[in-house]
Amino acid sequence: MSAIILFMAGIAAIAGWWLSQQRLAAKPWLEEGVMVDLREESTSSLPAAKLGLGVFLAVVGSLFALFISAYSMRMNMVDWRTLPVPALLWFNTGVLVLSSVALQWAYMAARRDDIDGISIGLCAGGASAITFLVGQLLAWRQLSGAGYFLASNPANSFFYLITAVHGLHLMGGLVALGRTAAKVLRGAEASQIRLSVELCTIYWHFLLLVWLVLAGLLTGWTDNFVDICRQLLS
Amino acid sequence: MVDVPFDTVAGVPPAEVGEVELYHPRSWWTRYVFSQDAKVIAIQYSITAMSIGMVALVLSWLMRLQLGFPGTFSFIDPNQYLQFITMHGMIMVIYLLTALFLGGFGNYLIPLMVGARDMVFPYVNMLSYWVYLLAVVVLASTFFVPGGPTGAGWTLYPPQAILSGTPGQDWGIVLMLASLILFIIGFTMGGLNYVVTVLQARTRGMTLMRLPLTVWGIFTATVMALLAFPALFVASVMLLLDRLLGTSFFMPTLVEMGTLTKYGGGSPILFQHLFWFFGHPEVYIVALPAFGIISDLISVHARKNIFGYRMMVWAIVAIGALSFVVWAHHMYVSGMHPYFGFFFATTTLIIAIPTAIKVYNWVLTLWRGDIHLTIPMLFALAFIVTFVNGGLTGLFLGNVVVDVPLSDTMFVVAHFHMVMGIAPIMAVFGGIYHWYPKVTGRMLNEALGRFHFWVSFLGAYAIFFPMHYLGLLGMPRRYHDIGETAFVPASAHDLNAFMSVAALIVGFAQLVFLFNLIWSLFKGKEAGGNPWGAASLEWQTPETPPGHGNWGKELPIVHRWAYDYSVPGAAMDFVPQNEPPAGLSAQGPHA
Repeated sequence: MSAIILFMAGIAAIAGWWLSQQRLAAKPWLEEGVMVDLREESTSSLPAAKLGLGVFLAVVGSLFALFISAYSMRMNMVDWRTLPVPALLWFNTGVLVLSSVALQWAYMAARRDDIDGISIGLCAGGASAITFLVGQLLAWRQLSGAGYFLASNPANSFFYLITAVHGLHLMGGLVALGRTAAKVLRGAEASQIRLSVELCTIYWHFLLLVWLVLAGLLTGWTDNFVDICRQLLS
Repeated sequence: MVDVPFDTVAGVPPAEVGEVELYHPRSWWTRYVFSQDAKVIAIQYSITAMSIGMVALVLSWLMRLQLGFPGTFSFIDPNQYLQFITMHGMIMVIYLLTALFLGGFGNYLIPLMVGARDMVFPYVNMLSYWVYLLAVVVLASTFFVPGGPTGAGWTLYPPQAILSGTPGQDWGIVLMLASLILFIIGFTMGGLNYVVTVLQARTRGMTLMRLPLTVWGIFTATVMALLAFPALFVASVMLLLDRLLGTSFFMPTLVEMGTLTKYGGGSPILFQHLFWFFGHPEVYIVALPAFGIISDLISVHARKNIFGYRMMVWAIVAIGALSFVVWAHHMYVSGMHPYFGFFFATTTLIIAIPTAIKVYNWVLTLWRGDIHLTIPMLFALAFIVTFVNGGLTGLFLGNVVVDVPLSDTMFVVAHFHMVMGIAPIMAVFGGIYHWYPKVTGRMLNEALGRFHFWVSFLGAYAIFFPMHYLGLLGMPRRYHDIGETAFVPASAHDLNAFMSVAALIVGFAQLVFLFNLIWSLFKGKEAGGNPWGAASLEWQTPETPPGHGNWGKELPIVHRWAYDYSVPGAAMDFVPQNEPPAGLSAQGPHA
């Protein structure tokens, strides 16, 4: 459970930092009247949707941290047989990086009010994300073709499960991306969709980060690192 | 008021009114059924939660009938008894209490108490309710599928939860897990709303430290639930895969009915860790909103400001944080390392400190207050007594050496019913009697309410107080029929019969309460806008029940905290939160 505890500690640090800015030592029974600058001081100037996305990403992060916790507990059992990593996974990772870069491009274009740049970025990001998903499906086929089925070993089960959950999240992102792209097609101004593009970009970067962590874990690439952490903790 | 540091800013204009973005219903359907108004969603949540809660109540009668009079009711067989236990626990904890506190009270009170027009994402809020309803329907459908609902116990421990000896192995467990997954998805949608609304939609002057404690409780509980429910989600998905696709996340190598199963190598303890990583915060997800509601009820009905407001806020936050590092105290008998037990016993006992702070502050709020024994106040007092009671037995069970012999006895059942059954339900009832006039514009009937309170409170003690004793005798929980057992004296059976009769009477009182809810809707006394003389913002709405958008043209401006009662020199014995400081309204700002 150390992964989720670490994650929660991170959340607690953020929450603690935020709370420390909130005048929690105020004595409200003595303070009558409207506080000065209260908008700036109490509610932040972030748009609600952006904050909502932030909270949602914390929930998603907690979900993946729990999967990682379960993974690292289960992998210590005797029946664990690490499965071979399809080389395709590295290609997919590259594609997902490209997807994030494209979204970042779209976001930068949105800040310049460059609607063409936004369309190019969104299309490239969406296309490469779909390529990533197709690549993941192919990796599944390669693995099951080689006899690594879902139920034949817990390592396989975790591989399929975690990649599926990550893929589902990416598909959810594609829905949001599609809606933003539809707005562009209907001729929206850059300023109207700037926020949507930004939210998509944040989501994409987050899923890339999650994927890098997961890929490191699933391919055993971070095993040495995990071992070092484990020795430090015990 | 000793010093008035901020009275020079009388010229602050009201916050901009988000009228343009406000959702407007166009037809009867979008006004009352597919409504995006948080108040309607709150009522939908509450009615759904109470309806499925009635099912759980009836299940508890059936269990008590069997326990009190074993062998008398031939229609309750051992399998059904296990199914009743499972469904009663699951419904009460998740589908009733969690949904009612956060979906019901949260939806209704958050926008009104922080001075917002509505939740920030009304559409997602509506979806949240409909996904919740779907989860409830899926759950209820398990009563009608072949094999019936699962009988795995509300903790759904593998391996037994998905093996053939457990009732509901075919459909029950699958639908139960599916329903939980749906519930979590629905809750996440609602929870995002509650958190972001509290953070971003507060009206002018409503700093965090001016929020009523109800909002603090619901807010913190929602944050915890958002972070804890994923653990149940992960556990449910993996258990579902074990059941349906034959993976071995949790399932060890075992022989079922004489044949070796396809499973092998899995870890049931892993499930317990995941489950309780959700399960323990869940206790406080239910308790924190209750703490908040009780704080407000006591302050209003004792006409006195809440004692130690800052401490109350800090205690809520501290309890929320601590509740994530105590989960393994539910697993002392799972064979884990003794040092872990020591660690978790320590953290568990530390939680007693912020909790005790809250109890002291409630008592000190009552001290020399002008206590009105209204029905909400009665329920609030009952909450404090019951919560202290259940909390003290929690100190027993938090210690490893005391827990080991008491584990899986009726003592544990008595403990958690006191602390997270009766106590939160007392807060729910107190809250309903308190806010019903705001929701409907009418008071609940007083006589029926007093009957409901006394029968429920005394009856609950008649059920659960003796249960501690049965547990100390060693009477195990989850047994359909204890039969002739040497260590259980005959008097214990009489006690069981007594408790069952008490349970039926308490159950009847709940029917009276439901009747009161419906009867008062039409025949109740007209309440007016603020029948209790409360200072917090939800009582200051221009209309009662609050209209669409909650406030008139302008959002209220908040000038003070929510607990200005019996202020010396004030015209009334309460000062509403949106009342400008004294010198300000009459003569303008004084230099």
